[in-house]
Amino acid sequence: MTAARRRAVIPLTVVSVLVASAALAGCGSQRDDDVYTVLNSSTDDSYHGWDAATLKRCSARLGITIEQQSVPASQVMTKSLRMASSKSLPDVIQFDASEMPTFAEAGGLVDLKSLGLSTQDIPKGIVDFGSYKGTYYGAARTVNTLALFYNKDVLKKAGLAVPTTWAEMQETAKKLTRGKQYGIALSAGGAEDGVFQFTPFMWSNGGDETDLDSKQVADALDYWKGLLKDGSLSKSTVNWTQADVNDQFMAGNAAMMINGPWQVETLNTKKSLHWGIAQIPVPRAGDDSVGPLGGAVLTVPRTDDTAREKTAAKIIGCMSSEKEQITYARNSWMVPANEKAAAVWRKEVPELDALADQVATARSRTAKVGAGWSSVSLALQSAFQSALTGQNSADALKKAQARATSGN
Amino acid sequence: MSTTTASAAPATRPAPATPVKKRDTRRRRRLSQWGFIAPAVVFMLLFFGYPLVRNVVMSFQDFSPSTFFDGKSPFNGTDNWSKVFHDDLFGKALWHTIVFTIGSLIGQFGIGLALAVFFTKRFPLNGFLRSLILLPWLVPMVVSGIVWRRILDQDTGVLNSFLDTLGLGGHTPWLTSPGMALFSVIMVNIWIGIPFNMVILYGGLQEIPKELYEAASLDGASAWRTFRSITLPLLKPVITVVLVLGFMSTVKILDLILALTDGGPADSTQTLGTLTYQNSFVQLDFGAGAVVGNILILISAVFAVFYLRANRSEGK
Repeated sequence: MTAARRRAVIPLTVVSVLVASAALAGCGSQRDDDVYTVLNSSTDDSYHGWDAATLKRCSARLGITIEQQSVPASQVMTKSLRMASSKSLPDVIQFDASEMPTFAEAGGLVDLKSLGLSTQDIPKGIVDFGSYKGTYYGAARTVNTLALFYNKDVLKKAGLAVPTTWAEMQETAKKLTRGKQYGIALSAGGAEDGVFQFTPFMWSNGGDETDLDSKQVADALDYWKGLLKDGSLSKSTVNWTQADVNDQFMAGNAAMMINGPWQVETLNTKKSLHWGIAQIPVPRAGDDSVGPLGGAVLTVPRTDDTAREKTAAKIIGCMSSEKEQITYARNSWMVPANEKAAAVWRKEVPELDALADQVATARSRTAKVGAGWSSVSLALQSAFQSALTGQNSADALKKAQARATSGN
Repeated sequence: MSTTTASAAPATRPAPATPVKKRDTRRRRRLSQWGFIAPAVVFMLLFFGYPLVRNVVMSFQDFSPSTFFDGKSPFNGTDNWSKVFHDDLFGKALWHTIVFTIGSLIGQFGIGLALAVFFTKRFPLNGFLRSLILLPWLVPMVVSGIVWRRILDQDTGVLNSFLDTLGLGGHTPWLTSPGMALFSVIMVNIWIGIPFNMVILYGGLQEIPKELYEAASLDGASAWRTFRSITLPLLKPVITVVLVLGFMSTVKILDLILALTDGGPADSTQTLGTLTYQNSFVQLDFGAGAVVGNILILISAVFAVFYLRANRSEGK
């Protein structure tokens, strides 16, 4: 009896030790010397496949093994931070450009120029897009922005031209609103999607994210409110993501929409839909249409292993080479970052010209506020949602500015 | 260790001369008892104790993204706490959490109990219908959220077009009006919570002896009287468990709200859960996130004590 008990004690103690050591072992994994890892958010089947093909070509070219690790976009930052604290960072991280400054500010990124990557043939706007406080940390393969998508058949049938100014857009949208069909669809959801969509209206009107309670921003918001008041914009817009907007457009519930090129793959699955693309209308004729620059940048996280960091830069060099940029742009319908690559791409897909033009004047969200963007974004989304659901624009924005400044 | 057990044993039990062998056996038995408890203790300390303490400590630290690199998280006193308490959003979120929790519990429990009582009657298809009602329980929370977001869409949602065909309007801004969104979110959560309430309460009803109902009907008691004087009092322990468990899963709601409204429109569906998420994972202000998290833990802990007490009295 006692012997049996003693026999039981030993396995149980062993079990508890094992539980403890297994838990601790999870905290720090060893890296493999010959395998390089790229962390990205390509969880989508097609994107994962495109990246896998790119990395296979680059592996062959550089004579190393590169592995892809994909996590949902919202987890790239937190996963990277956790990996930083357990000293198990991957060799390359693909950040959304609006998140890169946060990681850079924490001291987590290496200057790409010091690792031998050049910015030759990359337009200044896109270099800035991948830079934080003047240091080039992130190389973009492709960039994207927003544009006005319209249903060619609907506009033709109504005998209307593609709008170029706010007044024209409001009028066209009103005329196209009939039955189940709204004139225009956009996303004003309570997340980054909505803020991204608001920026072209705010910036084209001369507004600025550092001064949210200015008249220019309030006027832009009032313009959105006007569309809602006319009935040209569905009230559901405050609950829509950009993907929802695309669904509405494809279902014929909207004649026009504000959206980005990443929807083209889905749009093209509906053969009966003839869509066109134009720059986002401007407040007054002759104004510049300033869109937000979106997309991801490839970065080298600081691992203090110079040899590996140098190889990581070579991986980025390969992934963002002209040839790979064109391949990626062809797949994803986004605009190549490199000027020469962009020129080739423009010839291939002339229907997306408007998008390429919009990219040329597009602005980065984090250029002015850097790592403070998340506070500004949260304050702004709360403000335009309040305004669209009844509050006075100026009051809502005043509160937003106070909230953005306090950092709450 | 060995000396204390050896000397303590004769002191508590004045057995004249304990043979060495017997003392040895007792020591071994105690050791083996600890051996059985040890894995559970280690597990609890590692996976519950450590994160809990860490979260409390973190709420007094300046814990930012750079902490992950240099490991420095200086203590900043009650800065995080005062920051959270001075944020308008905290008061709003707290209020929404209270309304959400109470509303959901009343709805889930009321409908769950009614259905449980209903299904104690014998009728054809009873079993089939009962399993059908379990469906919402099988669907992951995020999936329910996404499906309901489509159903509740103001223009293209099924619910509004259904109301429209009935001639009951059909333009209700379920999720798009700040005044309505919280109510809609509560409705969806009630829908999700009904099966759990029904199943547990139904189980509790099966435990009540049938003879009591027979006696009541012989005495000529009305249905309501039977329910109030027999069903409710005998079901009380189960009711406590259902309500406390329901409370704890409702108060920390996050996934459903993120999928339905993202806390909007205009922060009208922000709860303490979404606020923690927003502070920690959107703003990366882990200190402030920990503060809200601690408040949630505290609220849950109070109700956990109720639960433990209810369980104990049931065990007697």
